[in-house]
Amino acid sequence: MQKFTAIMLDGMSYAAWLFLVAVGLTLIYGVMRILNIAHGAFYAIGAYVCASALGVYYSLGLPGVFAFALMGVVALVAGLIVGLIVERGVLRNLYGRDEVLMVLVTYALFLILEDAVKLIWGVKSYFVYQPYAHFGFIEIGGLPYQVYDLLIVALAVVMGIALWFWLERSRMGRMTTAVVADREISAAMGINVKRVFATTFAIGTIFAVVGGVVTAPKIAVTPGIGVEVIILAFAVVVIGGLGSIPGAAIGAVFAGYARALSVHLAPEFELFAIYAVMAVVLAIRPHGLFARASGRKI
Amino acid sequence: MMKTDFRREPLHIAILAGLLILGFFLPDWMRFLLQTALAGGLVALGVALQMRAGLVNFGQGLYYVLGGYAVGMLAAKAGITDVFLLLIAAIAIATVAGVVLGLLLSRYREIFYAMLSLAVSMILYGLLVKAAWLGSTDGFNIPAVTYLGWTPDRTVRPDVYYITTAVLTVLACLATARYLTSGAGMLCEAVAENEIRLEYLGASSRKVAFIAIVVAAALSGLGGGLFAMSTGHVDPLMTNWTTSGGFVFVALLAGRGSTIAPVIGFFLLELVRTYALDFAPNAWQMILGSVMLAVILLLPNGLWSLTEWRRKA
Repeated sequence: MQKFTAIMLDGMSYAAWLFLVAVGLTLIYGVMRILNIAHGAFYAIGAYVCASALGVYYSLGLPGVFAFALMGVVALVAGLIVGLIVERGVLRNLYGRDEVLMVLVTYALFLILEDAVKLIWGVKSYFVYQPYAHFGFIEIGGLPYQVYDLLIVALAVVMGIALWFWLERSRMGRMTTAVVADREISAAMGINVKRVFATTFAIGTIFAVVGGVVTAPKIAVTPGIGVEVIILAFAVVVIGGLGSIPGAAIGAVFAGYARALSVHLAPEFELFAIYAVMAVVLAIRPHGLFARASGRKI
Repeated sequence: MMKTDFRREPLHIAILAGLLILGFFLPDWMRFLLQTALAGGLVALGVALQMRAGLVNFGQGLYYVLGGYAVGMLAAKAGITDVFLLLIAAIAIATVAGVVLGLLLSRYREIFYAMLSLAVSMILYGLLVKAAWLGSTDGFNIPAVTYLGWTPDRTVRPDVYYITTAVLTVLACLATARYLTSGAGMLCEAVAENEIRLEYLGASSRKVAFIAIVVAAALSGLGGGLFAMSTGHVDPLMTNWTTSGGFVFVALLAGRGSTIAPVIGFFLLELVRTYALDFAPNAWQMILGSVMLAVILLLPNGLWSLTEWRRKA
């Protein structure tokens, strides 16, 4: 019974984390048709910036509660800066090129950013466990569980709803939806497509950075954390259907529980449980669970 | 979509053979680099073949590692060291894998083909990393190979291995050129261009894609086998997505104009990687990434377009 509770809780918190890191990827793909490998590097940058900022903060002896506000500010600022630099500096010159080529462009960016991170922060590990320990444990079904992990679930839900609200209810969000439907007609109707792209990319980047920021207190922040994340995020968005936000949520739940099950029942398969789910889903629904129907050219 | 014409292919391959003979005048370390790059170049060629049918394989490392591990396991665990048997086994295992996966994967197109092939290769990566008896992430070493009972001694071994690799690379290019001028090879571009029209004309686009996948698998298996023989070592990184990403990069940017383009392109990539690693051990990825970006921005049609500027003018 306790094992069941553990699987349910772990699955949920892992799914929330996967959603945070994957939703930005699916948003960027849906709007811009760019499968952004550099997403993993954005995540790593978030983790490093958070570790540095919190390190300074705690060394000043300031009260622990405001550290969370600092994490939020750090995520927004870092995401905006990195996202806009990459979009303005590189991607802007390449819009309209082949999808596969864009994958390679972001792959090159990923390599560059990985080393940039190493040059700035060095190769040592950073630890900022204080926010993780701040809330302590709560007992659920006889099982002590980290409150911080449950808060990540809440954060994922809130950010998911906020993203949905932005897309459905705000002016910019509606324009973004129009661009997804038809880029050329939107441009003809007076929508500034390049600005929509820049905004989308910045928002997607902020999601990746938030993922990194909230994870930093849980792990040792070391070089190479971005690589794992990008591969997991790919699997999640492909399960759900590329470019679909509800798909990313469902994909995250599938992948999260697949991993939780394998961690508790068959630990040796942890590494590829998620890929196995992805392979099975694609074999049954070739375009992912939530893929839109698309026309075929004749 | 660029239309390709392979009538000049024998000439290209003859040029490649000439360049490989020049390899004997290179310094030892660079010739070894060339030798391993030829092995990888065959994999990149396999990726390029599938790309002609619009299939981008982000997990071609799967066949590469199968070829490598086939040679490694037969030589190190089963004691078979004859190079011809080993390489035939490498090609055979990769081909069988290509047939099995091809039956599944030939239904998929575009990004879904890329992601599913990536998933399969990463599953194998996960299995190999967990396999303690195969050395997990470290892989394992492979004893020296023999030629019909003759064991080349230490002094001539690099020359013999280089000749083997070079000759087989040229033969593989010739076989690929033969495939490209065959019906199944020529229809690949039609699959990329318009599948429905192709089906109306009575050809099966699935079958064309399937053949491309299997041919690419065989080439990559040979590449993996040659790599294992050359370096005397295999590890799971051969099927990691970063390795496969390198193959895709070369296949896309070397251009699809010739079978020798990916082979030469892969050597250039390895050269950049080696010099970057030597020049800046902590920032070599940054240099590699910058070179990749520069090639994408400055040579939109790939390196092979450099050979065609004169005809356009």
